[in-house]
Amino acid sequence: MKKIEAIIKPFKLDEVKDALNKIGVQGMTVTEVKGFGRQKGHVELYRGAEYDISFIPKLKVEIVVSDDMMEKAVSTIEMKAKTGKVGDGKIFIYSVNEVVRIRTGEKGNSAI
Amino acid sequence: MKRLVSVLILMFWLIATAGAVFAEEAKVEAPTPTPMATATEQAAPAQPAPTAEKPPIKADDVQKNANFVWTLVAAFLVFFMQAGFAMVETGFTRAKNAVNIMMKNLMDFAMGSLAYWAIGFGIMFGVSATGWFGTDGFFFSDFVKEKDPWLFAFWMFQVVFAATAATIVSGAMAERTKFASYLIYSAVVSALIYPVFGSWAWGGLFHGKGWLEKLGFVDFAGSTVVHSIGGWIALAGAIALGPRIGKFGKDGKPKAIPGHNIPLAALGVFILWFGWFGFNPGSTTAAIPDIAKIAVNTNLAAAAGTIGALMISWIMFKKPDASMTLNGSLAGLVAITAGCNNVMPTSAVILGFIAGILVVLSVVFIEKVFKVDDPVGAVSVHGVCGAWGTLAAGLFNAEGASMQIIGVQVLGIVAAFLWAFTTGYILFKMLKVTVGLRVTPEEELEGLDIGEHGNIAYPDFQVHQSKGV
Repeated sequence: MKKIEAIIKPFKLDEVKDALNKIGVQGMTVTEVKGFGRQKGHVELYRGAEYDISFIPKLKVEIVVSDDMMEKAVSTIEMKAKTGKVGDGKIFIYSVNEVVRIRTGEKGNSAI
Repeated sequence: MKRLVSVLILMFWLIATAGAVFAEEAKVEAPTPTPMATATEQAAPAQPAPTAEKPPIKADDVQKNANFVWTLVAAFLVFFMQAGFAMVETGFTRAKNAVNIMMKNLMDFAMGSLAYWAIGFGIMFGVSATGWFGTDGFFFSDFVKEKDPWLFAFWMFQVVFAATAATIVSGAMAERTKFASYLIYSAVVSALIYPVFGSWAWGGLFHGKGWLEKLGFVDFAGSTVVHSIGGWIALAGAIALGPRIGKFGKDGKPKAIPGHNIPLAALGVFILWFGWFGFNPGSTTAAIPDIAKIAVNTNLAAAAGTIGALMISWIMFKKPDASMTLNGSLAGLVAITAGCNNVMPTSAVILGFIAGILVVLSVVFIEKVFKVDDPVGAVSVHGVCGAWGTLAAGLFNAEGASMQIIGVQVLGIVAAFLWAFTTGYILFKMLKVTVGLRVTPEEELEGLDIGEHGNIAYPDFQVHQSKGV
């Protein structure tokens, strides 16, 4: 089982969610986050004085899938979250040791 | 069932009250017939005699009643400007100080009302033998029962003006001033600083006679008397306090501290613009046709000021800055206030437009050159544009401008600066060494809402600290 953690542009969430639903991903966790990458944020003017926006708002989407679903899920997120401009975000993939469904006590792939 | 009964009782009560009111009106409409001769002889009866037979209502009475109504409605409009100031100031500052801003705007009106009733009004409008300050009429002491209640209408209109001058200062001193200190300041400005200058320029509107108005100083609704006075005290306060933590970098370069709610600030500007239709046209204190021209001048100057600020901020900052454009509306309004009754509409557009440009340049100049931190631009809007408007009232005088008129206007502008800045600076320095003027750095960083009031404005929202602050 794999955990896929994707940092994406907030306005891309609906597209990513719908596409993942279509390929059979049944749940996800979304968090509002802030951060920066190689661009180091940007500078804006307020009343003529400069200020840095170092941390740009993003969304973190977390899903857990079976090993054979992993490739498809990653390529789906990649395709749907892409605008081609800087700040499209990143995808991180981790191995998951165990999954437990709290209500029934199921474990492994059937608990995803 | 219970609810139905109470609704019925309420309806019955309403009908009964309305019936009584209409019955009284009917009585007024059908006065007892009086011979025409006596009617014309009685030119202006002060108060109806407390007898059953009322004299017929004459044109003079109607005019007098209309004057009361217009002056008081205008006073209520100007009162609403307190809400406008509160919204502008809180919108342009951070969420962690929103409760403190509300408390300051509420309390300067409450403290100011009592101080103006007790002392301020007498100094401003009492009999002034020297021309420098009035000496009677404290606590309404010159009001005699059954005398003309015009004193009350006039006082109501003047107290909201005093409160406007007082509340201007709140914005420039926002986010770092001790609340107790601000309370003392509010009382002193409404009791002494504002009324003394007011007596120089406006004392003659009631019982006084000021030296400045004797020279022919033109300030119809208070570009100098109200706005510049407030603006220059604000400058003294901002200097005495020093800038907010994080406003200037180590190299002295100003950093932006964005306000937390531009929609609230915009609401505040709309409220102020609306209230100004009481501020300027109401300054006739009479229901006369002049109020139409004054309203038109007021609106045109505000519109032109907004466009002026929009254009200059777009050119200077590459994007049309919302907060500067909002300041531009107020700049136009402040600038037309002195000359709204003696300039033509075309002049109002020109002087408003210039004020819009001036306010943006002034905000940047005060911050970059003087290194003074004025979070909402109060000094530029009220001090600088108030001075410009007072000068413009002379330059654009519809009856023709002369060196003498302009000279008196300049004298008034300079006198206002010297009086308000000096007394304001002394007051704030005295507060500094007694109760203390500024909160501790820890409290400032945490926010005055918690430190001064033990409340937060938005408990259900997580308030993020923005970078560099």
